[in-house]
Amino acid sequence: MPDSPPPPPQAATPLLAVIGLSKRFGAVMANADVALSVMKGEIHALLGENGAGKSTLVKMIYGLVEPDGGRIEWEGREVRIPDPNAARALGIGMVFQHFSQFETLTVAENIALGLGGREMPDALAPRIRETAARYGLAVDPNRHVFHLSVGERQRVEILRCLMQAPQLLILDEPTSVLTPQEAQSLFTVLRRLAAEGCAILYIGHKLEEIRTLCHTATVLRAGRVAGTCDPRLVSPMELATMMVGSELVQPRRRTHKPGRVVLTVNDLTLEPGDAHGIPLQGVRFELRAGEILGIAGVAGNGQKELLAALSGERLSRPSAIRLGAEAIGALGPVARRRAGLGFIPEERLGRGAVAELSLAENSMLTRLASPVVAGGLVRRGAARALAKRLIERFKVRAAGVGASAGSLSGGNMQKFIVGRELDARPLVLLAAHPTWGVDVGATIAIRQALLDLAAAGAGIVVVSEDLAELFEIADRIAVLSSGRLGEAVALSQLTLEAVGLQMTGHATAECLDAA
Amino acid sequence: MAEGVLILSIVVATLRAATPLLLAGLGELVAERSGVLNLGVEGMMLMGAAAGFAVRALSGNAVLGLMAAMLAGTAMAAVFALLTLRLLANQVATGLALTIFGIGLSALTGLPWAGVPAPGLAATIWPGLAHAPPALQQVLLLDPLVWVAFACVFAVDWFLRRTRAGLALRAVGESAEVAHALGTKVLRIRLAAVLFGGAMAGLAGADLSLAYTPMWAENMTAGRGWIALALVVFATWKPWRLVAGALLFGFVTIAQFQAEAFGLSLSPDLLATLPYLATIVVLVLISRDSTRLRLAAPAALGKPFRPTD
Repeated sequence: MPDSPPPPPQAATPLLAVIGLSKRFGAVMANADVALSVMKGEIHALLGENGAGKSTLVKMIYGLVEPDGGRIEWEGREVRIPDPNAARALGIGMVFQHFSQFETLTVAENIALGLGGREMPDALAPRIRETAARYGLAVDPNRHVFHLSVGERQRVEILRCLMQAPQLLILDEPTSVLTPQEAQSLFTVLRRLAAEGCAILYIGHKLEEIRTLCHTATVLRAGRVAGTCDPRLVSPMELATMMVGSELVQPRRRTHKPGRVVLTVNDLTLEPGDAHGIPLQGVRFELRAGEILGIAGVAGNGQKELLAALSGERLSRPSAIRLGAEAIGALGPVARRRAGLGFIPEERLGRGAVAELSLAENSMLTRLASPVVAGGLVRRGAARALAKRLIERFKVRAAGVGASAGSLSGGNMQKFIVGRELDARPLVLLAAHPTWGVDVGATIAIRQALLDLAAAGAGIVVVSEDLAELFEIADRIAVLSSGRLGEAVALSQLTLEAVGLQMTGHATAECLDAA
Repeated sequence: MAEGVLILSIVVATLRAATPLLLAGLGELVAERSGVLNLGVEGMMLMGAAAGFAVRALSGNAVLGLMAAMLAGTAMAAVFALLTLRLLANQVATGLALTIFGIGLSALTGLPWAGVPAPGLAATIWPGLAHAPPALQQVLLLDPLVWVAFACVFAVDWFLRRTRAGLALRAVGESAEVAHALGTKVLRIRLAAVLFGGAMAGLAGADLSLAYTPMWAENMTAGRGWIALALVVFATWKPWRLVAGALLFGFVTIAQFQAEAFGLSLSPDLLATLPYLATIVVLVLISRDSTRLRLAAPAALGKPFRPTD
């Protein structure tokens, strides 16, 4: 059972009040007449789809974006926040989704820079250790940041804020990169902070989390406040509907009839590609037609290596990977696509699509044959038609087929890439973190599309850190830990807690003992 | 005794040849650590050399000449900063253009001074230099700029590692976006770093035209700006390694003369390629280990920063 949140705080003047705040970017009204107030000691959720204006709002509060209109009040007095230094001076701290960290600097140097004071890293180290110990956020101040895991990096971000004794802490989707256990310990820290009187503004996607953590929720839709509520008193469905503006249709599971084996991985062993990589050790699994296999695990346990080996970016023994009966281990990505393997990579821009190219051009990137390519020549008309079809079928919000990939929001670009791979009708689809950083509406659409593809007879491997997602769509789940893949277990025999534990490496040791 | 003087003269000549490389290299190192790649070092050095020589000849004051050289280098760097930092022009193209511009402009402004003889810096400071005993003469040849260059290594190393501003500068070179998000004044820091690079390059040029070979000749830097650029990579962006590199290549530049003294003949063209060859070897070596490369090279090097949203 989740812990119930502490009782809502009582205070007269809000710590932070945002009144009629507006911001326009070109033709897009990012924020229109937004009002919000946060009390001392309150954990306040900010909800909304991608592009609803949450980030713009908190950036204005943190002084990164200048509002066009409206005002911000701090403890009842109107304030101007021209830059982050001013925000910090007021007592506002922010933990970004994409960490504001310098990878080649040490933890102490990073924190010293973030504090904006005069202190040198060496002098800060004892204070960092002390604050870390007080909140149970263990980190070594002298380590270089690029050695740290994502969870540790987030701890550094939070520590940086805590060192300034903030009165308001803003967190942008903090749990999207954490394991369930890490998320729980984060919540413990946040509850403790709130109990000490610190206000918390929490941007999130995961409605269950918000219901267990937050006292108040403000929902944004298309730049406007769609409503404010107590998230503990409304259902996740009601919250989601408020965010999207219409009833949501939850993905429907199909009845699962496994067919013939379409993908066999047999004793896949691979040295890491770089010094910090994880070696794959004897990975084996079978995937049947119509089946969705979920591969869970904390990032940095060999996901990158496994995906590279499966997609063909890295080659292995020919017989280590078989697509149907064909040994494809030594084939490159293009040959594997020809053989019927589709791939949705983790990075949307950079691997899945080219930001500078138009959607029409991007739709061609993984299409190797007719109608978009004929006789080695590109057929632009066919590509435009393909892109148009994808945009319509997957409800991609874009300015048209000529819009550059980089101009789309993350969720819309992901829908486009998923659509492109699905449209190629692959025999086996490999999907890496398919809904990472994608809003509720797009998430449901993507999951439904994957379920539909499986129902149509394809085998799908989904690599994800989001256990809730795997439990929603996968038929079997296997955990990847330190480069070893555990046994794939049917969903009916699994609990979230058990998989979460296995992800942290506990059960792996037992499995090895048993073997 | 004669042998001792010979060895001393090799050491002194190496140090003197290393000085302009060290000065220009340090300036470029600071600029690159802030994330700005300025390929205009050669042009800035030439402007410094021409301006330094001209002002010294006009005023008769070496210090004024040095200041004019630093000013000229800074002015060139300011043009570069305006184009790349404010107007977001491509750094590589702008840097190359700055060098070509500097070659032309220095040739033009230096025209009246070409071939005019002038006393060296050391001879100006020590009027009795020519009559001193050989050993003392060698030591006195180490003019103030040699000492300044080595003092600057201390200062830059200390600044980068031990001061807040140095930390901020390294941070900006690592990721301008992150630094901006944390409230660091990215463009201000980069501007300061680029201007410092210009002043140092100007000083390096003046070292050539006032001290090392006291004269002005068109294109007299003869590629030293490019060697300084290569040395920054050779030094993996660390001040003290820059000293090692500058000494090594300082030695190489005088080696041909010294080799002749020993009766050896080495191709000067072959020797001239050594700095670049060594730089490529270092690049290959540090690229073999991704961790080391990551720790060495400023991640944001050459990437422009757009200071909106």
